[in-house]
Amino acid sequence: MNAPLNPVAEHLAGYNFAYLDEATKRMIRRALLKAVAIPGHQVPFGAREMPLPYGWGTGGIQVTAAVLGPRDVLKVIDQGADDTTNAVSIRRFFGRVAGVRTTDRTREATIIQTRHRIPETALREGQVLVYQVPMPEPLFKLEPRVSETTRLHALGDYGLMQVKLYEDIVQHGEVATAYNHPVMVNGRYLMSPSPIPSFDNPKMHMNPALQLFGAGREKRIYAVPPYTEVRSLDFEDHPFRPIRAPHACELCGSTESYLDEVITDDQGGRIFVCSDTDYCAERRGE
Amino acid sequence: MNPLLEARGLNLRFGAVHALEDVSLDLYPGEVVGIVGESGSGKSSLLKVLAGMQPADAGSVAYTDAQGTAHDVLRISDAARRRLMRSEWGFVHQNARDALRMNVSAGGNVGERLMAAGSRHFGKIREEAAHWLTRVEIDTARMDDLPRTFSGGMQQRLQIARTLVTRPRLVFMDEPTGGLDVSVQAKLLDLIRSLVADLGLAVLLVTHDIAAARLLSHRIVVMRHGRIVEEGLTDRVLDDPQHPYTQLLVSSVLAA
Ligand SMILES: Nc1ncnc2c1ncn2[C@@H]1O[C@H](COP(=O)(O)OP(=O)(O)OP(=O)(O)O)[C@@H](O)[C@H]1O
Ligand SMILES: [Mg+2]
Repeated sequence: MNAPLNPVAEHLAGYNFAYLDEATKRMIRRALLKAVAIPGHQVPFGAREMPLPYGWGTGGIQVTAAVLGPRDVLKVIDQGADDTTNAVSIRRFFGRVAGVRTTDRTREATIIQTRHRIPETALREGQVLVYQVPMPEPLFKLEPRVSETTRLHALGDYGLMQVKLYEDIVQHGEVATAYNHPVMVNGRYLMSPSPIPSFDNPKMHMNPALQLFGAGREKRIYAVPPYTEVRSLDFEDHPFRPIRAPHACELCGSTESYLDEVITDDQGGRIFVCSDTDYCAERRGE
Repeated sequence: MNPLLEARGLNLRFGAVHALEDVSLDLYPGEVVGIVGESGSGKSSLLKVLAGMQPADAGSVAYTDAQGTAHDVLRISDAARRRLMRSEWGFVHQNARDALRMNVSAGGNVGERLMAAGSRHFGKIREEAAHWLTRVEIDTARMDDLPRTFSGGMQQRLQIARTLVTRPRLVFMDEPTGGLDVSVQAKLLDLIRSLVADLGLAVLLVTHDIAAARLLSHRIVVMRHGRIVEEGLTDRVLDDPQHPYTQLLVSSVLAA
């Protein structure tokens, strides 16, 4: 995309650039264009087998492969961290099959592939956020028939989802979705934000970056174009409330970032630290 | 006054079976029409066709909504039909379990149509749900309970509350008291009668219970082998039946 020109390493011989063949990438890009044109609408695509098991983000990887160019700078996070096995393998994979530069820095990246988080550092125009999505259908627990969910989306008939939120409040006194809280995109389509914490939901709204979602096993792609309205479902008298542990990060002191609880010993000792490792490191001046 | 619903020349076949043969019917605002006939005579088929839930092989159904707009029920889009179903119509099934969401609380069941119609205020939805539960004589203390903990009669009343909460103008009922104990049936019929009168509902009531038809209906339509063999004001049809089949139906009730 629009990264400054930088020396590009050779990619692994024997593979096409970014692993997928050009015909497959074109097919995925067509699905992406359609997804961008109809924000929040799930577009089927002919997902390919990838050299990683489902659950490792094969949908996100295919989307990344389709939009990646030799001058892109790639960041991969897993629950906010750049150094988990999953994030490291995906980054290494693209380093080898595309020879692109990789980074831990949100600011430097042109493409960020993510599992379960949106970076704390505000994204900017020109950046692309690629989400790995295990289950794209927000209604699937309420209506298992695909033909029926397709119809409900076509008709914009989302009363059922609201009933689920109603039941949450009846049972728990509040909306009980700490993760994967459903959103309305552009006032039209109900969308699963993938299992990001509801804390991150507001970041999707009017984001200057392009947000792409890939579900490999379910073979669906969807998108939120830059500066699109994304509203979390709620009730007027029970407004949506992003949830955050009421602590400061033990390492950088942030009271704004999303925190992970870390067990420090077997005496029940625990601390709260930023889930976004790059954000935390930057605040500590690293 | 113009009819609410106008059906002309309805025909429906399942293979060799004529479920409906040249059926025409008018229903006026606030009118309760009972559809009676033996099992297999086409009563449920007629209801489904009139509600646009089942395509017909021939004929037309016109519905005039609250704004005076006419809808060609057999040819409207799925979206427009759902809109009618949600705002203007209600459907009460014989088996409450087919209509209720069994894993959703009673209040949620009643509130669903409100939420589908765009209601987004939790407190107001609960208020309305409580109001309707009271109207159908369900203790509001049961509002957060699942319908599976309700008796058959309560489930049926819950279905009625869930249907009426959006104040439809026309309600289709297919054997609403079928499958219930006789004592429970009588109580439910009384409840339906008072709700229908209070709300000024138009109702198409399918039943093979002549006593229920007499209690609720202004007018009666008698079906046999997919045809309407007789129709008229309730007292006239039941007290002075003209068609031999109606005479048989009425006398079998007297005998029972
Ligand atoms: N989906 C279907 N496929 C085949 N035949 C059908 C179907 N639905 C109804 N029929 C037939 O059409 C005829 C009319 O059926 P319908 O269900 O309308 O009768 P009914 O008057 O409601 O009977 P009941 O009192 O038993 O409910 C019957 O012969 C029935 O077997
Ligand atoms: Mg029937």
